[in-house]
Amino acid sequence: MNDLVEVRPGVYRDSVTLMRVSRALTERPGVSVAVVAMATELNTALARDLGFAVPPATPGDLLVAVRASSPAELESAAAELERQLAARAPASEARGEAPPRTTRSAARAFEASLALVSVPGEHAFAEALDAVEAGLSVMIFSDNVPVEQEILLKDRARAKGVLVMGPDCGTAVVGGAGLGFANVLRPGPVGVVAASGTGAQQVTSLLDLAGVGVSHVLGVGGRDLSAEVGGRSATQALRALDEDPATELIVLISKPPAPEVARAVRDLDLATPVVSALLGPGQDDLTTAAEKVLRALGREVPEWPSWPAPAGRADGAASPGAAASSGGASRGAVLRGLYSGGTLRAEAALIAGAGEFTDFGDDAYTRGRAHPMIDPALRLEALRGVASGVVLMDVVLGHGADPDPSSSLAPEIRDAVARGVDVVVAVIGTDGDPQGLRAQAARLNEAGAAVFTSNAAAARHARALAGTGCP
Amino acid sequence: MTLSMLYGEPRVITVGAQVLGEALDRQAVPRREVDWRPPLPGTSAALARVLADPRREEANATAVGRMLSARPMLTGVRPAREVLGLRAGEFFHAGPPITWERASGPMRGALIGAMLFEGLAATPEEAQERLASGAGITLDSCHHHRAVGPMAGVVCPSMWMLEVTDAEHGGTAYCSLNEGLGKVLRYGAYGPEVIDRLRWMGEVLGPVLAAALERCGPLDLRALIAQALQMGDELHNRNRAATSLLVREIAPAIVEAAPDRAAEVLRFINGNDHFFLNAGMAAAKVSADAARGVPGSSLVVAMARNGTDFGIQVSGLGDRWFTGPAGVPDGLYLGGYGPQDANPDIGDSTITETAGLGGFAMAAAPAIVRFVGGEVSDAVAATTSMYEITMAEHPAYQIPGLGFRGTPAGIDVALVARTGLLPVVNTGIAGRVAGTGQVGAGLVSPPAEAFTAALDALAEA
Repeated sequence: MNDLVEVRPGVYRDSVTLMRVSRALTERPGVSVAVVAMATELNTALARDLGFAVPPATPGDLLVAVRASSPAELESAAAELERQLAARAPASEARGEAPPRTTRSAARAFEASLALVSVPGEHAFAEALDAVEAGLSVMIFSDNVPVEQEILLKDRARAKGVLVMGPDCGTAVVGGAGLGFANVLRPGPVGVVAASGTGAQQVTSLLDLAGVGVSHVLGVGGRDLSAEVGGRSATQALRALDEDPATELIVLISKPPAPEVARAVRDLDLATPVVSALLGPGQDDLTTAAEKVLRALGREVPEWPSWPAPAGRADGAASPGAAASSGGASRGAVLRGLYSGGTLRAEAALIAGAGEFTDFGDDAYTRGRAHPMIDPALRLEALRGVASGVVLMDVVLGHGADPDPSSSLAPEIRDAVARGVDVVVAVIGTDGDPQGLRAQAARLNEAGAAVFTSNAAAARHARALAGTGCP
Repeated sequence: MTLSMLYGEPRVITVGAQVLGEALDRQAVPRREVDWRPPLPGTSAALARVLADPRREEANATAVGRMLSARPMLTGVRPAREVLGLRAGEFFHAGPPITWERASGPMRGALIGAMLFEGLAATPEEAQERLASGAGITLDSCHHHRAVGPMAGVVCPSMWMLEVTDAEHGGTAYCSLNEGLGKVLRYGAYGPEVIDRLRWMGEVLGPVLAAALERCGPLDLRALIAQALQMGDELHNRNRAATSLLVREIAPAIVEAAPDRAAEVLRFINGNDHFFLNAGMAAAKVSADAARGVPGSSLVVAMARNGTDFGIQVSGLGDRWFTGPAGVPDGLYLGGYGPQDANPDIGDSTITETAGLGGFAMAAAPAIVRFVGGEVSDAVAATTSMYEITMAEHPAYQIPGLGFRGTPAGIDVALVARTGLLPVVNTGIAGRVAGTGQVGAGLVSPPAEAFTAALDALAEA
């Protein structure tokens, strides 16, 4: 065996970056395994299970374990590793400057308007607190942050007149800058306060498709409207948007809130009209909420773009927009929802009424690995395991997300369809997104999937195909 | 409420996943990336508790504010017997408390020398026996008595001490008189020339300096240190400018106070570029002491080594010591000495780094980087990295080469744990064997466990 095993003390790269390095090495001819990861207990054990002789290491060290079929291939893989690590060195390291090592230090040298924290959850508190103490609003993309730290951060932030967006805040748009997973949205009159990242992405993407833009999208974190957190950030964000002259209408989006918190937030005395999309049984779905916003602004509600499964399929419908009306040959089949967005999953499960729904963006799946919007591996594996029935998926576009999700997904869809599986995809995105909404939708559609821009419409279509539940 | 980030151009600090930062680059959003790494192993839980302490932000501002506003004045030179209440058989030493059994070669050598100097033993062997038996002998840390001492830092009743008073907060600190380089007590030498020099210092140097200071009045050490930094000193391993400035201030008074002795006194001071070190250490000590005792503060108020342990004290944790094994410095050696001759790190002189001088002010002293085996850029990098673990920049101590930026001052235990960056310490290197003296000089890293132990204690406090 030609193994390269190395521990590099004090070399740090984030997990997404290292995953990309590992993938680049694994794709080389002759390389059978490549683990380039921080030497956490989990990763060290993984490398040992693969038969690598890993020396003692701490989580602050970089672990490299590569196996190739010949010494020459191992050597060229090692050279590629150096190239990859150098290419992915922090910009400041490449410039030879002394880079700031904490958010506190960065804030001293750089006049910032906000901070974006995406370090592992157990370390996010320190960086976020630095930002708040420096008088900066902060978006915490990290998940797995303890709720007592969230509450403490939000209380300190209120005292300092800044906003904590998160933790587990997937998306925000502030002053035109898309943070985290962010669709490219046109500027406009709608301000969004969202305790749900993908919920906000669905609503704002649909508004964008209807020609309506946003002023700001302020994520507040999925737990903000829980009884414990009590809507601390939502309250602040609503008041802030109320004061913003560019915001004419506010949309509040949340996963099912605690009733008393929902009441308190609703009772805030605001001058700007608010449309609420508080998901749950008996509540509007996200598409309906977007349509309400359009009506409130006196705009026309368009037909949301969709691409029916190609002709020749049992459910083959003729024209765009008609896909939802088709019936399925797979009536009575099992419906599986393989989602990357938690709110989109919840919405789809509510509409479908039955089926097995998984949120691959849940903490349980992201501990120690990247979000499925960046790393599709787990979800593709799940799709590969489906032998029959109906599969419903989301594909979320925008900054931060997989630069070309259809390239890995389309071949898997083609295989699934060939096995007789019906595949339905909700693509959440806009025409401005770097991946290109219509190009991605077309490729997924060519592979045999029925594609929708409305997750609710996709779920209804999947339900009809599976023949479960009643309209 | 008005949220300022909603108005004006977004400018973002990013910390964490590079992919999210790159997404901002593609949108041409100005940003600064943090070169984040995981904290020191095993510190996450304690860090979270310490950072969440509601007292911390204000406590640290108070503590470091006191340290930076201290105005150390050299007010006198007096016998240790008088000002420290030392009795025969009582010795203070550098670093955290230590016993004879655990003491290193240079510490033992200095104690033996002090016994001989005080007339408590006739020979080194006898001194050693009495010290080992412990009968009639008391050892304690200088830091417990408002004092500091370089290297072994041994203080005995007959030594004369520099007295430095903080004109802002009223504290007082003491440090012995510097003996010069080579075979000297503080490096563990105890030969006849060492003892003779100590006698002369007690009989001539101390009294003459005391009389001179009475004539010329207190010397403003804060101003003197600020000037010396601009003349290429970092006040730990380089004190040439500060010593020259001190002589310029005090020479006329020495001549007036003791015309017969002035020449030999001035010749002695001029022959020792490190004469100012001890005054600088007392100035740093009185400044750091002003910051002691602020509940909730994670500010380091003392770093000190006894040749065996490296210890720190923290403002919010009273007089407790948090220690780890002292490391062996990495540096250049004198004559035929080499790393095998080096004793682990020793001395209270790390009080200079504690107060934002020494290794923290390396960028001010390009001349010494060759002495410690580096390039000028290394000196700048050393100082720059210390801003990452300090709470403030010193308002008076400035570095010309960094655009007169204040030196990094006020080490935060939490920031050390978060960044894994340990204080940069410049130091002399003592010979391992008692009686050898100085063998070199260089840089040394404190043990991380001293800082993590303090962090744990703060988390429980």
